[in-house]
Amino acid sequence: MSKVQITMTVNGQAVEGQVEPRCLLIHFLREQLSLTGPHIGCETSHCGACTVDLDGMSVKSCTVFAVQADGAEVLTVEGMAEAGGTLSAIQEGFMQEHGLQCGFCTPGMITRAYRLLQENHDPSDEEIRSGISGNLCRCTGYQNIVKAVRYAADKINAPREAAE
Amino acid sequence: MANTEEMTLEEREKTLGGIGSARKRKEDVRFIQGKGNYVDDIKLPGEVFGDFVRSPYAHARVTSIDTEAATAVPGVIAVLTADDLKPLNLHWMPTLAGDSQAVLADEKVHFQNQEVAFVIGEDRYAVSDGVQAVEVDYEELPVLVDPRKSLDDDAPILREDAKDKSEVGQGPRQHPNHIFTWDVGDKAATDQAFADAAVTVKEEIFYQRVHPCPLEPSGCVASMDKVKGELTLYGTFQAPHVIRTVVSLISGLPEHKIRVISPDIGGGFGSKVGAYPGYVCAVVGSIVLGRPVKWVESRIDNLSTTAFARDYRMTGELAADDQGKITGLRVHVLADHGAFNAHAQPSKWPAGLFSIVTGSYDIPAAHVSVDGVYTNKAPGGVAYRCSFRVTEASYLIERMVDVLAQKVEVDKAEIRLRNFITPEQFPYTSCLGWDYDSGDYPTALKKALDAVGYDALRQEQAEKRARGELMGIGVVTFTEIVGAGPMRNCDILGLGMFDSCEIRVHPTGSVIARLGTKSQGQGHETTFAQIIASELGIPSDDITIEEGDTDTAPYGLGTYGSRSTPVAGAAAAQAARQLRAKAHKIAAHMLEVGPDDLEWEVDRFKVKGLPEKQATMKEIAFAAYANVPDGMEPGLEAVNYYDPPNFTFPFGAYVCVVDVDPETGEVKVRRFYALDDCGTRINPMVIEGQVHGGLTEAFAIALGQELTFDEIGNIQGASLMDYFLPTAVETPVWETDYTVTPSPHHPIGAKGVGESPNVGGVSAFSNAVVDAFAHLGVTHMPMPHTAWRVWQTCRDLGLSG
Repeated sequence: MSKVQITMTVNGQAVEGQVEPRCLLIHFLREQLSLTGPHIGCETSHCGACTVDLDGMSVKSCTVFAVQADGAEVLTVEGMAEAGGTLSAIQEGFMQEHGLQCGFCTPGMITRAYRLLQENHDPSDEEIRSGISGNLCRCTGYQNIVKAVRYAADKINAPREAAE
Repeated sequence: MANTEEMTLEEREKTLGGIGSARKRKEDVRFIQGKGNYVDDIKLPGEVFGDFVRSPYAHARVTSIDTEAATAVPGVIAVLTADDLKPLNLHWMPTLAGDSQAVLADEKVHFQNQEVAFVIGEDRYAVSDGVQAVEVDYEELPVLVDPRKSLDDDAPILREDAKDKSEVGQGPRQHPNHIFTWDVGDKAATDQAFADAAVTVKEEIFYQRVHPCPLEPSGCVASMDKVKGELTLYGTFQAPHVIRTVVSLISGLPEHKIRVISPDIGGGFGSKVGAYPGYVCAVVGSIVLGRPVKWVESRIDNLSTTAFARDYRMTGELAADDQGKITGLRVHVLADHGAFNAHAQPSKWPAGLFSIVTGSYDIPAAHVSVDGVYTNKAPGGVAYRCSFRVTEASYLIERMVDVLAQKVEVDKAEIRLRNFITPEQFPYTSCLGWDYDSGDYPTALKKALDAVGYDALRQEQAEKRARGELMGIGVVTFTEIVGAGPMRNCDILGLGMFDSCEIRVHPTGSVIARLGTKSQGQGHETTFAQIIASELGIPSDDITIEEGDTDTAPYGLGTYGSRSTPVAGAAAAQAARQLRAKAHKIAAHMLEVGPDDLEWEVDRFKVKGLPEKQATMKEIAFAAYANVPDGMEPGLEAVNYYDPPNFTFPFGAYVCVVDVDPETGEVKVRRFYALDDCGTRINPMVIEGQVHGGLTEAFAIALGQELTFDEIGNIQGASLMDYFLPTAVETPVWETDYTVTPSPHHPIGAKGVGESPNVGGVSAFSNAVVDAFAHLGVTHMPMPHTAWRVWQTCRDLGLSG
């Protein structure tokens, strides 16, 4: 099958590649760019393990063609840490609140939580639960994931509140 | 390493981060940065991909397979069929249960989506094209879906390969579709108890077919180095060492030429214990091609072909006096094992540890029989987040106790208190032969009842019933049997179910320890280090834990059945004690005193009466490589293979409160309180996380999960569109609590916890739902308690509309 040239910005870096038109974004990220943080759990958009941020929206990269991301800004879990490698508040929250066990859902969960906190700086527990409901976890029962997102929101909001 | 000289004793203990510390998890650092290394993340030079052509029919003869068009597809390298595997004698493989399973369909297919051919290609897209291009002709055969018809005289014979065999691994059989009958208990005494009973109850209780469905599907990468003659097999293996032995036995490759590596595993829940055709095909593909071959199943493959769980049709009967004191228990089980008997149980236990079915109760007589049968469904019968068939057993007895309570009109908590094995009776031998190690059931239940305000809840329920509203209270007091197990009665393929730990203390006082188990999310890298820290006086932050590489870790039977802490955790404590005994002698040599002049204190040996004369473990570690007594081997290493003297028996008391909407059938979990007693608690944070996760899986099973089939064997709903995995929205908020009753035979008193919440949780939800209808004469409702099903009950009772 003939290939298409695509370019995009992934975690702040310009990248390019040749893909078949049917190539899924998750396969392009994992196999051509070796970004194996996002995982494949269902291939039907249900589990959210492949969640990445695409032009400011959370998407399930198992049901987005790589060519649809041509020219886009993509953010994966590998791009979550601050400059210099410091963990982001969300990453820190997951560790502090025991928001992960096997770790397979975690990259998608963290990427989704990142976008959720952009959309809503101070979500209630109920809003967090609703906001991450496209991401399945089989280990934690979500309770500590909710706490992890809460932890991150509080940490991010603290300087903002102090300034007010 | 912190300078401990200025610290108080308490600070030194805290610095260790040992048993009881809620330390953060070591493994999180890589997972939160996307730097885990799961099977599908592995990418070896020259790696190719493989996938299956699968049968659309549940029962059919394969009349021809044409691979010509497939091999012509660009990027396709090879297509394997059973005929290709026959010369290697690999077209069938042994199962862990002593039966055989077709690797690629040999003349017949026995279930829908069975593996028929294996296409290998340069990438997954080429392979997908190749799979589509394989032409298979089938001749349909009559399909057997209902296990209740498996033993009929006119039932279609499924396993023609085994029809003349007198047994297929687990004892005599009566019919070509029969696998085994397993009997335990005193039938005559039980019959007498029923004959003499003031009250008897009987219920048909079906524990539906479900699937563990970990978020990461199963997969492997096989890499044959033809020059060295060495095979490396990476895979989602809960038991990597057993897989190495199995691969050696079936491939003929010498075991020392095989290296099995379980990298990070994205959840297992029992589904990654056994061996699957994909592993064999990847290995054969790599041997033939000399290139690494990766196979990773899709979610639909996962739900429809790799190991299911449960599918137990149980008939439970209790005999009792008129006060609800149980005098006898009788159970028959019809177990649907699918087309090949591939359940993962210790060899001597065809129904696993189902005979824990007397639960937390002092029942004088019991008899259990289990018949396993074949049907045209995928093979399996694994323990989905439970010790071998313990969830089924616990569900049966916890439901039956409620049925009895309703019959004799005794409160459901009170009837449990009347029947408990009392604390004074421990160690207790059940009538079905288990030696319960320790327990205090009344204390646990009373604490639970107080915590939820049980009497007030019952009062509220009575008021609601008077108003025609539906509210249910589920009470469960389960006992598990985990930590398989003692080698005298537990083996898999003849291998005793010991486990192991090797500890090396480096000269600077840091440690690497390796175990025969394999974490799939349980946090072993964190918790095993805590055991060693407390035993050895070395901070857990200075201890690296490794598992899953058969070239480096000592042999062990793996992680399932809540056995890691009871067995490998014990090995870790014992190995550490061996090292401390050696360190004691080195310390005496360093301090120029006799060993009896020394006493141990947290992280050092001190001379009695001369507290300033002391040797810390860090100093002793260096001395082990520099200055040992004459005649002593240098170094500080130990390995322990631990054969547990007994199982462990964790228990708990759960209360679930639900409200049911009679118009929609929706069950709303208002409150769930879980008290667990897992003996000594190693890391309270990890325990709580395990309980949350187990309860959520129990919630999924009780309220939504079921794999069903139509009359021609089509699996229905084998995707996450239909198979219920709860999201954060449906999942209730969990309240956790505990008591501590240490195991007397375990070195640190720990019992294991990962599976308790699933074992106890399923019954708690189900008991709560049925309890909502108990005043209307309902004694049992089949799981899963979906809104549709519950609504049907409401409709039949005239409660809706």
